Amino acid sequence: MEMIKITLSGEEKDIPSGTSILALTEILGLKKERIAAELNGEIIPKASYESTILSDGDSLEIVNFVGGG
Amino acid sequence: MKITLNGKPFETQENSVFKLRKSLGFTENKTVTIKNGFALSEDSLIKDGDNVFFIEKDVLPDRDSLDVMMKARLTPGVYEKIKNAKVAVAGLGGLGSSIAEALARTGVGHLHLIDFDTVEPSNLNRQRYRICHLGMAKSEATALQIKEYNPFIKVKAEQVRITAENAAEIFAADDIICEAFDSPEAKAEMINTILEKCPHKKIVAASGMAGLESSNTIVTKRITKNFYLCGDGVSAAEEGRGLMAPRVDICAGHQANMVLRLITGCDEP
Repeated sequence: MEMIKITLSGEEKDIPSGTSILALTEILGLKKERIAAELNGEIIPKASYESTILSDGDSLEIVNFVGGG
Repeated sequence: MKITLNGKPFETQENSVFKLRKSLGFTENKTVTIKNGFALSEDSLIKDGDNVFFIEKDVLPDRDSLDVMMKARLTPGVYEKIKNAKVAVAGLGGLGSSIAEALARTGVGHLHLIDFDTVEPSNLNRQRYRICHLGMAKSEATALQIKEYNPFIKVKAEQVRITAENAAEIFAADDIICEAFDSPEAKAEMINTILEKCPHKKIVAASGMAGLESSNTIVTKRITKNFYLCGDGVSAAEEGRGLMAPRVDICAGHQANMVLRLITGCDEP
C-alpha cells in the first residue's frame, strides 16, 4: 500500500494514500459528531469529510471534544 | 501637580498620597487609598498624571460614585478596551457561570449570556447559583448575580438552544465567543459552525476538565488563528469521573483570562 506523510495535530503520521478525513477519523477511533477538523488552516465542513482526500505534506488539526462544562 | 482624583482633574501641592489624603480630611483607617489601580498600604510619592482614589469604607456610594470607584480598581490603560468589549458566553453551567462572573467583575462592558436550561439542585455543587435561583433560567440567574456586583455591565440574557442553524445570527454582535457547553456534540457543532460561517470571530472553547487530575494539566492552546482551546483535552465527565468545582473553575479561569488577553491585544495563549 502506498503511504503518505501528513502532520496530524503537530505530529508526523504515515497514512495510506487516498485516505479521506472521514476514513482517518475512523482509523483514529473518533466520532465525527464530536470533532472539528482544519486542513492547512481551513476549517473542513462535516459534509466534506468523506470527499476530502488527504495529500502528502498536508497539515491536519483534529480537535476531539470530550464532555463536561 | 496635576493629577486625577476620584475620577476628576485635581491640582495639588502635596508631594505624597498620604499627605494629600490627610489634607483632604480622610481618616487613614476608614479610607481605601488607590494609586494607579493599586491599593496602597505604604505612602507613595505623587507625580504629574497620577490617578488617585480615596474611597470611604462602610459607606454605600451613589451610582455615579460607585462607577468611579470600581474603575479605580481596574488597571489603567486597559479599562477602555475591556469596557468596550462584546463577549458571548454560550452555556452557563460550571464553566460559563464562572467565566461570566470573572469577566463581569473585571469590567467587560457587554456580556451576552446564553443557555437553554434552568437552574436545578444538581448544579449547586459547582455552578455559581444559589438556592434562590432554582427553577430560574440560567441566563436570567447569571444576569441577576452580575447586577449584584457590577450594575454597570450591559447584559443580554437569552434562554435559547444554540444550533448550527441559529448560531451565526445569535452571535452577530459579539466579537469573542466562549464555548462553555457540557455535551461534546454541542461543543463540536457550535465551534464548527462559527469557524465555517463567522471565521473572523474569536472562539475560546473548553475540552477536558472533569475529575481530580492535576491542575497543571489544564492549559490554553491556540488551535488555529481565531480558535483557542482550554482544558486537558482528555478528562471527560463520565461515570466515575464527575465535574468538580475547582478543576472546572481552573478551566473557566483559563478561558476568561484568554478572553481578556484577546481584548487587550494579546493573541498568544
